[in-house]
Amino acid sequence: MEWEIVIGLETHAQLSTASKIFSGSSTTYGALPNTQANEIDMALPGSLPVMNRGAVERAIAFGLAVGAHVAPRSIFARKNYFYPDLPKNYQISQFEIPVVQGGEIRFFVGDTEKTVRLTRAHLEEDAGKSLHENFTGPHGESSTGIDLNRAGTPLLEIVSEPEIRSAAEAVAYARTLHSLVVWLGICDGNMQEGSFRCDANVSVRPKGQAEFGTRCEIKNLNSFRFLERAIIHEAQRQIELIEDGGKVRQETRLYDADKDETRSMRSKEDSDDYRYFPDPDLPPLVIAPEWVERVKAGMPELPGAKRKRFESDLGLTGYDAAQLTMSRAVADYFEATARHLPEGQAKLAANWILGEVSAALNRDEKDIDAIPVSAEALAGLIKRIIDGTISNKIARDVFAAMWAGENGGDADAIIDAKGLKQISDTGAIGKMVDDVLAAHPAIVEEYRAGKQKAFNSLVGQIMKAAKGKANPQQVNDLLKEKLG
Amino acid sequence: MSYEYDSIAALRDALTARKVSATELANSALQAAQAHASLNAFLHIDPELTLAQARAADARLASGQADALTGVPIAHKDVFVTQGWRTTAASKMLEHYTSPFDATVVSRLAQAGAVSIGKLNCDEFAMGSGNENSAFGPARNPWNVNHVPGGSSGGSAAAVAAGIVPATTGTDTGGSVRQPAALCGVSGIKPTYGTVSRFGMIAFGSSLDQAGPVARHAKDLLELLDTMSGFDERDSTSLEFCDGVANAPGRIRSEFNDAVARFDANGAKPLQGLRIGVPTEFFNEGLSADVGAAVEAALQQYEALGATRVSISLPRTKLSIPAYYVIAPAEASSNLSRYDGVRYGYRTPSYTDLADMTSRSRAEGFGQEVIRRIMVGTYVLCHGYYDAYYLQAQRVRRMIANDFQQAFAGQCDVIMGPVTPTVAKRIGDNRDDPTADWLADIYTLGVSLAGLPAASIPCGFGGADASLPVGLQIIGNYFREGQVLAVADRFQQATDWHQRKPELK
Repeated sequence: MEWEIVIGLETHAQLSTASKIFSGSSTTYGALPNTQANEIDMALPGSLPVMNRGAVERAIAFGLAVGAHVAPRSIFARKNYFYPDLPKNYQISQFEIPVVQGGEIRFFVGDTEKTVRLTRAHLEEDAGKSLHENFTGPHGESSTGIDLNRAGTPLLEIVSEPEIRSAAEAVAYARTLHSLVVWLGICDGNMQEGSFRCDANVSVRPKGQAEFGTRCEIKNLNSFRFLERAIIHEAQRQIELIEDGGKVRQETRLYDADKDETRSMRSKEDSDDYRYFPDPDLPPLVIAPEWVERVKAGMPELPGAKRKRFESDLGLTGYDAAQLTMSRAVADYFEATARHLPEGQAKLAANWILGEVSAALNRDEKDIDAIPVSAEALAGLIKRIIDGTISNKIARDVFAAMWAGENGGDADAIIDAKGLKQISDTGAIGKMVDDVLAAHPAIVEEYRAGKQKAFNSLVGQIMKAAKGKANPQQVNDLLKEKLG
Repeated sequence: MSYEYDSIAALRDALTARKVSATELANSALQAAQAHASLNAFLHIDPELTLAQARAADARLASGQADALTGVPIAHKDVFVTQGWRTTAASKMLEHYTSPFDATVVSRLAQAGAVSIGKLNCDEFAMGSGNENSAFGPARNPWNVNHVPGGSSGGSAAAVAAGIVPATTGTDTGGSVRQPAALCGVSGIKPTYGTVSRFGMIAFGSSLDQAGPVARHAKDLLELLDTMSGFDERDSTSLEFCDGVANAPGRIRSEFNDAVARFDANGAKPLQGLRIGVPTEFFNEGLSADVGAAVEAALQQYEALGATRVSISLPRTKLSIPAYYVIAPAEASSNLSRYDGVRYGYRTPSYTDLADMTSRSRAEGFGQEVIRRIMVGTYVLCHGYYDAYYLQAQRVRRMIANDFQQAFAGQCDVIMGPVTPTVAKRIGDNRDDPTADWLADIYTLGVSLAGLPAASIPCGFGGADASLPVGLQIIGNYFREGQVLAVADRFQQATDWHQRKPELK
């Protein structure tokens, strides 16, 4: 039987506010345990939450970026459950009326564009951390420690519709979402520190069946690779289970990266009744149209708009435009490069950035922010290709030298110093052609006998003599002319 | 307090004139608290802390920098967190807890110069109406120590009635300031929800909790309430504006003064034009004859002062009981979740694992009434019951608020009636029927659900030998605290119920 995988993702993006969502404590990562927790984060008697407007503004920016409805009035609710690292023993979240409603994410899977609709995105607070391992109590006994530094960190939980159909699509969706929140500056995107993590709801159904299968939720996937592996494994597990006559049980599962498998955490039946109700400590979150306008005015051009502009104004293909707009830094670098080039040559900049530049960045595991070749310098190199000073092939060598910082990383200086300037003088090339023809009469004979390969061989000999610097078009033209 | 006074204003004059010092007043109050220790009105007293505040007050008085309450002795209900004194909410759960910060109410009164004598007994986490649910024993009614002082702010009312301090703070979730004030023969007011900051007030039912003062009479209530009130950015339910007027000290005093000026201008019939709405539902079969008679006499006194009586209907009065006892416990069940033995408070000495530690700590640390309400609250919020209980109660709550608005829209300016159906019960009554006390909250709950301001002032006596006080409830529209107090004050100018004092050993 052919199976279809159905996936919905719930993504927690930690919002990049300096202070927590309901208290003034710092959100900086990595501080000593419990040094960034005040009376609100510790849930001391008499403490009350106060909404951080910065967190709301980041949610508004996200809503605008995905074309969602930014609710003029949304409600904070209490999600009640006991856990030692949840200081109030309830989490302030949004339940019935979230701040962001609807919207969509567009992304490419290979060359195919796909749109996944969003259900909602809501604001909530993170919990603290329980430290179970290597933690001893005051008398050396094994114990559990609580670090509340993370408690109250603002999160935006972004929920997709179950419209994702493969692990590859899930990864492409998550990557696009990740690049979007980083692009907007609302999340630092640091997955190792947990700033961006996904829960995947996975089910399978026979292809063509309208109803969804029973789903399992895989929690806390904090890398794209884990997301992909977890979904592949979970889907396979469910398919095998059903094919063996079993039934999928609705449950929460954990992905074990070491064993590369998912395992059951708790079933639906033992799940808590969270007893949601509106938080009486927080009035409804009212967002006036003016507030939305203010946030909008401060937002960068969105990747979608940029992509369209790259296609229509700069003549890029849809795929190239999408690639260049995966990150705001890359898009900015591309635009800066193109700005230094004659009109109509942006395509060349795109090719270089998606080709040679990306490859070099990947090879050196460098971020575009730390690129050793400035946009202006790259444009300087591309200009020399356009004006015929160097060939594309030689340009790669020049780029490597620029990357290494030779001659101040300046293309012209490197071309001069290495004598890489392309020979475009008809006289000089003509002489080289004459010399080669004279030296290889046998090959000339073969050509005259009709062997096309002989022509390429002669070109090769001439380029060799020119150390690759002869203008290839001129070599071709002159050779043809002289061979009659 | 052995020092005799008529009012906080008179105390202020005596202090400013250096006829008495803040330290003398503080010592006198501390001694009185000690002398009346059997009332169990105070839970924590620390003379050093009190006297340090008194000395600071004296220094300010000496340098001529006195504020409105400089040197005036007060005391706080033990649900306001304080840095100096322990804060227990009368619970074993917080028996040894000291807060690292002060409640806004506490710091505002301290800034105005008030000297705190200590922390007052109350029902555990403010849940109760007799002060019998205190983990540290019941407080007693100064008029008859075998009777309850009311609750939950029982210590607040008893301390004023016994003359230990001229004024105290209390909190009112469903009547917890008004009811003990009524049962102890003193005055109290719960202001409009959102006018006094809840920051630092240990939460019971967050959408209902509101702080209010207890004192001998309306003028002294004004002194405290006007100082306590005001917007606080640390409480998101705190209001910045009240009907367009900034929520800040001075707002209530200015309205009070305006009303007084209007009344004065009326001459012999000062309350001419004032329409008093009297809800028929407040005079039902549950109202005892003695309380009914005292309230009726008070209403006639108001008529004599020029006011007109209008019969009104608050048809959902009865529904306020079930609505309140769904909403308040629901919020309480969540608010009290934080007491889990993990970070502070009571932790059971022996347990098997984390979940066991939390369960045992809560079962051992909370008293029966608190556990009862947590159970009720948890139940009504459960999936499958939420719509039928919690949402339905919220609907009823809105209807009750609308009923009041309808009355204020065209029929009356203030609403009056009894605070309680009976005078103070004996300590221990209803012990086998814990919800019987809930029914006695019938006249105060609607006001709390609607978030309206309401005062309770003494208006007579009832019970055996007419020995126990009766209170009159005066309900105003939103933000009309100044008007309510001015109306109460006019009654107190014409009567002496508020000047009656219990005979104490």
